Amino acid sequence: MTQTTLSTPDTPLAVEMRGIVKKFPGVLANDHVDFELKRGEIHALLGENGAGKSTLMNVLAGLYRQEAGTIRVKGSPVEFHSPRDAIKTGIGMVHQHFMLVPSQTVTENVLLGLDDPRFFMRLPQYDEKVASVGERFGLKVDPRAKIWQLSVGEQQRVELLKMLYRGADVLIMDEPTAVLAPQEIEGLFDILRSMVAQGKSVIFISHKLQEVTAIADRVSVLRRGVSTASGVPSRGVARQELARLMVGREVIFILDKKPAVPGDVVLDVGSIHADNDKGLPALRGLSLNVRSGEIVGVAGVAGNGQTELSQVITGLRRCKKGEVRLGGDLVSNRNALFGIEHGMAYVPEDRNHVGSAPNLSVTDNVIMKNYRKPPVSSRTGLLDMNAAAKIATDLKQAYDIIAPNVSTPVRLLSGGNLQKVILAREISGLPSFMVAVQPTRGLDVGAIEGVHRLLLTQREAGAAVLLISEELEELLSLSDRIYVIYEGMIMGEVRVGGGESDEALIEAIGLMMTGTPIEQIRKEGVGAHG
Amino acid sequence: MDPIIILQAGVATGTVLLFATIGEILAERSGILNLGVEGMMLIGAMTAFSVTIATGNPWLGLLCAMLAAGLLSQIHAFITITLQADQVVSGLALTFVGTGISLVLGEGLSKAGTVSLLPNFSIPLLSQIPFLGPILFTKQSVLVYIGYLFTPLTWYYINHTRPGLNLRSVGEYPSAADSLGINVFRLRYFYVFVGGMLAGLAGATISLAVAPGWFSELTTAGQGWIAVGLVIFAQWDPVRAMFGSYAFGALRRLILDIQGPTVLLGFDNPFYYNPYWGFFLQMLPYAFTVIVLVIGSREAIRKRLGAPAALGNPYIRGERGK
Repeated sequence: MTQTTLSTPDTPLAVEMRGIVKKFPGVLANDHVDFELKRGEIHALLGENGAGKSTLMNVLAGLYRQEAGTIRVKGSPVEFHSPRDAIKTGIGMVHQHFMLVPSQTVTENVLLGLDDPRFFMRLPQYDEKVASVGERFGLKVDPRAKIWQLSVGEQQRVELLKMLYRGADVLIMDEPTAVLAPQEIEGLFDILRSMVAQGKSVIFISHKLQEVTAIADRVSVLRRGVSTASGVPSRGVARQELARLMVGREVIFILDKKPAVPGDVVLDVGSIHADNDKGLPALRGLSLNVRSGEIVGVAGVAGNGQTELSQVITGLRRCKKGEVRLGGDLVSNRNALFGIEHGMAYVPEDRNHVGSAPNLSVTDNVIMKNYRKPPVSSRTGLLDMNAAAKIATDLKQAYDIIAPNVSTPVRLLSGGNLQKVILAREISGLPSFMVAVQPTRGLDVGAIEGVHRLLLTQREAGAAVLLISEELEELLSLSDRIYVIYEGMIMGEVRVGGGESDEALIEAIGLMMTGTPIEQIRKEGVGAHG
Repeated sequence: MDPIIILQAGVATGTVLLFATIGEILAERSGILNLGVEGMMLIGAMTAFSVTIATGNPWLGLLCAMLAAGLLSQIHAFITITLQADQVVSGLALTFVGTGISLVLGEGLSKAGTVSLLPNFSIPLLSQIPFLGPILFTKQSVLVYIGYLFTPLTWYYINHTRPGLNLRSVGEYPSAADSLGINVFRLRYFYVFVGGMLAGLAGATISLAVAPGWFSELTTAGQGWIAVGLVIFAQWDPVRAMFGSYAFGALRRLILDIQGPTVLLGFDNPFYYNPYWGFFLQMLPYAFTVIVLVIGSREAIRKRLGAPAALGNPYIRGERGK
């Protein structure tokens, strides 16, 4: 490609990558990728998990060395041997996992690895310097605070501060919104806008389309290591079009959902109280119910009791008051096995440690719930591993699980495939009720769609599904009803598809998520009248 | 049973623990648990004594002790940092290696005679301070005085200097340090070496100053283990380590002295009349160490006490951006 039109002498590109090739054993992560970043723009790098976005940016940040291709920064060619080299030319990367020392202060983290001060750390003086850099870009954070005292959003600001303090002009943000609560995302976007207003450039790695269209000036798309779109203005390009470039096929945003045929109440949660791990009240008189053949969503900002709710329902956490009934049977304060035997399926938030045993094979993971019963449990009391392998092979086929074979340890599977293993295990038990917590977090568009379809299939099969999620879009497209949780209580309930527009629903849910009870919303006549 | 004498001796014996404990604190703050302190101390004590006998120069003996123990510690460093093996297992092995080598090379050393010791002296003016003067500044070994200066300097170094900041980062969150160009491996090797040198210094403090001579493994008599326990007790802080070390030093002396008099507080002294009571007392510091180590082995408790977050974990540089 000979795209020299953009790099006129007046506006040299902030970054220009040409023909970048990066291989990993067995994978061609970047296949002659071109990438251009203009000064003062927010440039989104879009792609599914494993498309090579992070690899490309790790090359730019000096973490990896490319096998072929050239990098130019502000017009002059560069070669990076370490992240230090990259930062010297003004390129800083904020990783998905923060690189901050929790026990140290903000200033200490910012100064780590620098030459100034050389020996004696006169912190008060540097606290001021750090604070003034923060003020310039609207990064509000106390330089004397220890990192562990800060929220995730604040920690992200410290990471940005670290790079800005080092004089970075180009900031690479690797999926920065993945860890943020909805209201923190807006704050981050404000910061990014203020940074580009002051001449910085931002590369925004994401696989969330709505964010990309909300914040980015231009978009580049990678698919399986190949660039499928390069520097397209994000206004004026349809989301469906971007999604197609990303996954290579049309992603159906409107899931074809049959009308609900709710039956009897399957799950009945009656004013439960429970504490969190720190012994503080997490659930305070929470009630809800789920009927067969419907998906009921629970919306809310993370940390308002969602995790505890799912644990009380599944018997993994004691509830102090109230009760949970499944098909009339009391299941609270029993144990997980009791729930399983009564037809409960659970897709936990943490797929890597709660949902699966990472070092065990696909087979071991899929038989975890039914190994007590034939055909896996044989008459001799031993496990029939041939039967187990057959079950696993069938499920692998039916759920399209991409894995070399069924004896592969699940830790080697991608997030989407691991989630499919878990769903295969849970659904194959023909549950009457399923609770799914953040089932699509961190998955790419294709995998999200697959999970959504499986949940809808459950609903059509007559199961009751409780979907706890922070993705409003997901809740709105899947649920028949949505409860909103706030500080361990239900603020209210809205019905989806009852004539209300999505905007009105979102407004009502948003108000409840921030602590306004639905009665008040109705009285004041704002939002939905669900 | 003079409290001044007990405390004075406590500071002197406590200096042994002080060097060993602070050395272990430095190693652990970099993320490497080294349970080989006892072995390194024995190597130090033996080397110091034999070099001093051979050359007549206790300072040379001291230097060789530090180098020998530092060298020994590098076995542990190689196994745990480069080969990324379990730190507990390797540290235990190091104790056996150190003990074994020092017993073999120290064979016959206990009958080799006496050596010229490191100087003892009083500090003018300071020794006149009532109560504290006689305890801290009268006829103490030069190493005791070094210990006084050493503690605050180490504390300042860890908390208020750039190398100290690097040390803490490497022990708390090595990948963060690595991402900013700090060489995690080199720093860990260095602080394990420093820890070894200080354990060697502690050993030399015994054989050249506090309890001169070579008495095979009884030279250290498990003080290396007490130092490992003290690190947890001191919550990885040199200043607390100093108080802990002196307290334990004084306790050791008290246990000896309490068995002397026939009458204690107007009663027949049970520790004099019944030797088993004495044995019981002598056991206490070790029992304490065992309890502290057991408690400290629980991760949740270690976290609450402020253990370096990466303590015990080998640093493996991430592949594919992890």
